[in-house]
Amino acid sequence: MAEFKRPSGRGMTEIRKMSAKVGVIPNADGSAMFSFGDTIAIAAVYGPRLLHPQHMQDPSTAILRVNYDLLSFSVYERKKPGPSRRSQEISKVTEWALLPVLDLKEFPNTVIDVQVYILQADAGTRTAGINAASLALAHAGIPMKNLVTSISVGKQDKNIVVDLDKDEEDYEEGEGATDFPIAKVANSDEYTLLQLDGKIEPSEVKKALTIADEACEKVYEVQKRALKEVVEQ
Amino acid sequence: MKNTINEAQELGDSAESPSIEETVKKRRVVIPGEVIVSGEDYLPGDGARRVGADVLACKFGLAEEAGRVVKVLALTGAFVPRRNNVVIGRVTNITFNGWVVDIDAAQSGFLPIDESPRFINKNEMDQFLAIGDVIVAKIWSVNVRGVDLSLKSKGLGKIEGGFIFRVIPNRVPRIIGKEGSMITLIKDKTGCDITVGQNGWIWIQGPTTDAEIKARRAIEFIADKAYITGLTEKMEEWFTQN
Repeated sequence: MAEFKRPSGRGMTEIRKMSAKVGVIPNADGSAMFSFGDTIAIAAVYGPRLLHPQHMQDPSTAILRVNYDLLSFSVYERKKPGPSRRSQEISKVTEWALLPVLDLKEFPNTVIDVQVYILQADAGTRTAGINAASLALAHAGIPMKNLVTSISVGKQDKNIVVDLDKDEEDYEEGEGATDFPIAKVANSDEYTLLQLDGKIEPSEVKKALTIADEACEKVYEVQKRALKEVVEQ
Repeated sequence: MKNTINEAQELGDSAESPSIEETVKKRRVVIPGEVIVSGEDYLPGDGARRVGADVLACKFGLAEEAGRVVKVLALTGAFVPRRNNVVIGRVTNITFNGWVVDIDAAQSGFLPIDESPRFINKNEMDQFLAIGDVIVAKIWSVNVRGVDLSLKSKGLGKIEGGFIFRVIPNRVPRIIGKEGSMITLIKDKTGCDITVGQNGWIWIQGPTTDAEIKARRAIEFIADKAYITGLTEKMEEWFTQN
């Protein structure tokens, strides 16, 4: 057990190299890029703008519409473009992960469109997507309580690790691999996304979350720096 | 058309979206959720909220303390219409009692026939403003149903000649400058007639195409460097080089 080494050679709680940039899409009202190693996500925010079809309009608030997708060249085997069951699910959970921090009451009957595209996929795309989308929403000047930070923790055999890449997600020895993506409101205990793919002991969930909290703080620092950099240029 | 800029300054705009250069104690970049100041003495203004003893930002932008009030000015984002804003828009539809105008905001603007500067026969509305025409208009009310526009003021009306382009709406106060200083400078240096809409649409008409392009470059230079202080001097320098 003590000799367990991650296939990537990283430490147990070591995140891949992160980078973030705000304002990558000039035509959008707000945009951002976020990457974990070889996973790169870009997000664009449009609006608040008029919502069609009209029956979806809500006179008390704006609605959030997220569209997540892998670009066809982002994976080894070409991904057929267009929505799939997987991308629709991730769009929805991204939307739910972001909504709790947003204050959309100021813009009745409108929609805020968030487009999240994955340029390169190496596992952890939804977490990178949420981080990018949160930056893009802030960049678009949308009122929000806080940023949303997201990271995936997981298990390889019996070891809890942070930020699995594709090779690690496919780990098959012992108990196999578990992917446990989370998103939370920065600097708080409010979780906005918890998904679990694999097996984990209930007693270990707490430990995994503590590790995720520490990782989220690092993610937050990267996000913060990216936002402040835009102004200082 | 000459007075539009000055009017945009005088009529409420300076009060609602003050120039970033306004005399304030300090300005710094804040991100949502960041503590701007702590203490019971402060009041949260636009883009800020109070949690316990702290005043937090709920927008990304520049935090500003003006007396006791702390507010956050957004740097990017979509245009949010306010009363008395002068905007540039495009006619998208004609109804029985007015024109529907796209003003690049979440809601489209409506210009009632009664708000046109002269009497117009309802059967000949498209002779005054046809679909696709671009107008300079003033917002006289913003309500849940939409934005109402008016042409009953000096400098408002249909645009003919020149060209329009768009900048980020939050940069408009900077392009206009304190009491219109920046835009007057650009007008003087290029000899162009310029109208800046609060929605970020800008109309330029000048004696030559070269002058028009120079004016556009100058405006885009400002929009690019909107965070720097002492921009008017920078702009004068820019004109000596170009």
